[in-house]
Amino acid sequence: MSAYTLDAKQLLCPLPVIRTQDRVATLKIGDVLTVYCTDPGALSDIPTWCRLHGHTMLSSKEDVDGVIELVLKVGSPIYHAQQ
Amino acid sequence: MAGQRNQGAVAFTSMPTRQTQPKAIALISGGLDSLLAAKVVKEQGVHVEGINYFTGFCVEGHTHAIRNRDRTRHKRNNALWSAEQLGIQLHIVDVIDAYKDVVINPKHGYGANLNPCLDCKSFMVTRAREWIEDNGFDFIVTGEVIGQRPMSQRRETLPVIANESGAEDRLLRPLCAQLLAPTLPERMGWVDREQLYAFNGRSRKPQMALAEQFGIKEYAQPAGGCCFLTDATYATKLRDLWASRGEKRYELDDIMLLKVGRHLRPRPHLKVIVARDAGETQYLRGYRKAYAHLLMTSHNGPMTLLEGEVHDGDAELAARIAARFGQGRAASDVQFDFVTAAGVARSLAVAPFKPEDIAPEWYV
Repeated sequence: MSAYTLDAKQLLCPLPVIRTQDRVATLKIGDVLTVYCTDPGALSDIPTWCRLHGHTMLSSKEDVDGVIELVLKVGSPIYHAQQ
Repeated sequence: MAGQRNQGAVAFTSMPTRQTQPKAIALISGGLDSLLAAKVVKEQGVHVEGINYFTGFCVEGHTHAIRNRDRTRHKRNNALWSAEQLGIQLHIVDVIDAYKDVVINPKHGYGANLNPCLDCKSFMVTRAREWIEDNGFDFIVTGEVIGQRPMSQRRETLPVIANESGAEDRLLRPLCAQLLAPTLPERMGWVDREQLYAFNGRSRKPQMALAEQFGIKEYAQPAGGCCFLTDATYATKLRDLWASRGEKRYELDDIMLLKVGRHLRPRPHLKVIVARDAGETQYLRGYRKAYAHLLMTSHNGPMTLLEGEVHDGDAELAARIAARFGQGRAASDVQFDFVTAAGVARSLAVAPFKPEDIAPEWYV
């Protein structure tokens, strides 16, 4: 397991999600990625994206300067059963 | 809903069987139509994944994320929200650079403003066609409805999109499929044409009824309003940007900044962007290393960017404009730090403009 960071500050929705998605695509299962961003929409969107794609949100918080830190653990790609 | 069905549609009494589950990619905008289209196909047992293209002009709550008055609103990406309602994966694709040619040179021209809707739809379906070919999917689903939009969703233009994209009959529009020729997924029996729809025209009632039928109680603003290029004020600012540069050219920062602040052009080579509240000031601060800017030091006031070449006297002119919108607007002078794009700073003091000193034509 390795830890990585991604700076998505100043980017507006959905760019923080896109940058997260593209970065996760380069990581291995079990890796941890910490994303820093400033768009408050990311507090909803990145956890939603994680739920849809099988990754786990470990924590999220916002500091007094409005910088949001989201920590996620890379899961295995999921294939939604749609029978 | 039966009244919406095309009674003359071809009935498939004998469906070919398929050993593996057919797979479709659905263009998900975050609006109701694309949500319903994906739902209709998924309900028929097709494996559906969503795709959403980010062009840079998608509205998606950008002003909500920036402005003070909007920061208390619940923020979410509606395409992601739709995907979660559907229980499907969503691939969000950055097409900012590739999309420039669509905006700058639309083969089919613009709509009421700078919206190249037909070229845009062809572009997105082309990308989706490439995606299904790369990922082994069978067909594409969109939420288009004949007559819903004046430019891109007319009976004459739907075949143009299918042809220009190369998707041809791998493009299924479940909400109006019964009004169109059967597509590959219908002919192959991957979907039952009888369970598709014949929606037509600008009325939203059939979609709302179908949403009710599916138990979908909440959805984003129906139809339209998803692209800044359809907005007259935004289009005016983009035209002004192109005119000032002498060519149709933009970068992502340019089109983001057009969504923020008051834009004034007091001289042909100079545009002044003045934040309207603390939220916008915070956002514009993020551009202070790339743009010449003014920071009000004697009073509380807005962050101000200067775009274009800054000639002698321009910083003072921009400062007088900015002072008009700060708390020192009634003071005899207001002090600023002026910082060039290269980071060279100097102090200056100016008398704020009175409202009548700001020519109406300066406002972009």
